[in-house]
Amino acid sequence: MSHADDLIRLNAADLAGRLAAGDVSSVEATRAHLDRIAAVDGAVHAFLHVDADRALAAAAEVDRARAAGESLGELAGVPIAIKDVLVTEGMPSTSGSKILEGWIPPYDATPVRKVREAGLIPLGKTNMDEFAMGSSTEHSAYGPTHNPWDLERIPGGSGGGSAASVAAFEAPLALGSDTGGSIRQPAHVTGTVGVKPTYGAVSRYGSIALASSLDQIGPVTRTVLDAALLHDVIAGHDRHDSTSIDMRWPSMAEAARNADVKGLRIGVVKELDSDGFQAGVRQRFHESLELLEQQGAEIVEVSAPNFEYSIAAYYLILPAEASSNLAKFDSVRFGLRVTPDGGGTVEQVMAATREAGFGPEVKRRIILGTYALSAGYYDAYYGSAQKVRTLVQRDFDAAFAKVDVLATPTAPTTAFRLGEKLDDPLAMYLNDVATIPANLAGVPGISVPSGLAPEDGLPVGIQFLAPAREDARLYNVGGALEQLLIAEWGGPILAKAPDLTTHELTATEEGAL
Amino acid sequence: MPEISAEQVAHLATLARIALTEEEIAHLTTELGQIMQAVEQVNRVATPEVPPTSHPIPMQNVFRADVVTDDVLSPEQALAGAPERDGDRFVVSAILGEEQ
Repeated sequence: MSHADDLIRLNAADLAGRLAAGDVSSVEATRAHLDRIAAVDGAVHAFLHVDADRALAAAAEVDRARAAGESLGELAGVPIAIKDVLVTEGMPSTSGSKILEGWIPPYDATPVRKVREAGLIPLGKTNMDEFAMGSSTEHSAYGPTHNPWDLERIPGGSGGGSAASVAAFEAPLALGSDTGGSIRQPAHVTGTVGVKPTYGAVSRYGSIALASSLDQIGPVTRTVLDAALLHDVIAGHDRHDSTSIDMRWPSMAEAARNADVKGLRIGVVKELDSDGFQAGVRQRFHESLELLEQQGAEIVEVSAPNFEYSIAAYYLILPAEASSNLAKFDSVRFGLRVTPDGGGTVEQVMAATREAGFGPEVKRRIILGTYALSAGYYDAYYGSAQKVRTLVQRDFDAAFAKVDVLATPTAPTTAFRLGEKLDDPLAMYLNDVATIPANLAGVPGISVPSGLAPEDGLPVGIQFLAPAREDARLYNVGGALEQLLIAEWGGPILAKAPDLTTHELTATEEGAL
Repeated sequence: MPEISAEQVAHLATLARIALTEEEIAHLTTELGQIMQAVEQVNRVATPEVPPTSHPIPMQNVFRADVVTDDVLSPEQALAGAPERDGDRFVVSAILGEEQ
């Protein structure tokens, strides 16, 4: 037990080191994580699907290759959880929707292919808001994920399953997708690290599209270095994605290890440092900045006046693109088919299928997007939102002319209670106020834990943003802050998370999984 | 800015091919009105001289050679998830109804 407990608490980089040294086998490490999932996932519900047999077989293959002296990637043998938005050959891929229940894709998404080729061990698929529409995972058609810090609270969304899986030590690494904050906001509320790379840095091929001009795949981890190592595995040009950037990327792991902020100019976006943010979120944000300043960083206030229109623009652009992307769920080629009583035309079958297969938030956004794209309204809504996108980009350009990176609190509040905002879409949408601008402009962002809010003892994150293609700057500053905070805390933030083992008995009794 | 009516939502549902119930239409009519009121503030700054941005990282004419590579799906793979098939074809319901 204690040996397995040690294994699940190792960072990916440390576990990789022990695997390479031969101290532990990938089968042992994989089994330890599968046991942890069996013990706690009944309570957390981070996973929609766990493939123990195939994970153990993949682990055995890595162990064999290592024993045979074959050349392996740095993370070979390390387990990973995969957000259900990414299609996986041989594993069901639902994007959190009933319309894809049981669908097993015939191919791997490019980031999944890359992690398999690097020898990582996919454990299973993680829960998410249906088609990534949400900030709490409460819109999953398969029930919500629970925050490991407080099981009555949201784990963030849409990638709450990926964030909760690493926070609950069910996996050291996970893949996520970020359209308006779905990697960074869950990181903020679960005390984990999440990165949205530059748009086009990681292939979107095989990622079930939400909003194609905003979606980006990225790492979900417990440390900045682990995120960097995973980023290095999944990034790179892919001819299957026409928006993929064709360039040679510097090593993110090297940037994370560099962790030197001397002379770094950090801009604080004054519009996102306001009373709209919970007191403890702001307090930890400013303490983090002070730590960085003591290490030689220069803190500069900058203004981004058009950021306040970001949410409005986002909730026009996203539904418009989503209503178009989700047209593929037509009951013909894959997924659910519902035939009305007495049969019907293909259009009637399609309408009955989509009525039965989509949840309320998906319907809301498809109807909203259909409206925003209607003749007569297109210019006023979608066209205007695209102009706001230009203005947000100009704000970023002006800011990055003065500073190297920007800093904001990642989200306005700590994790709220499950159900608290479910009936108020506009309140739910406000969660993404600080994360959306990066998606509109395509720039990269990272959320790093900055402490626990004094008023409720829940984790909060700080977000750093960098110019497009300058993802390495995020790992440098994130790595530096992480070192400073861990030294101050005397250990990682997740050491303070409640012990989930008290839930083991309940989970086992319920026959969870 | 126009109010959104239940008739409009019902029409949008037809366009979007979702057989919404009356209850859903009523609920969505209220919500859409509120959401549109919130998002129409984009018009405050979206003045005529501002060019629209459709894509965050500018790219033009991403082409590839028109050749079939070895990583395309086989007919069996492509049809593996089909709700209904006939040999190597997808089966769909009637395209035209009786009244058409």
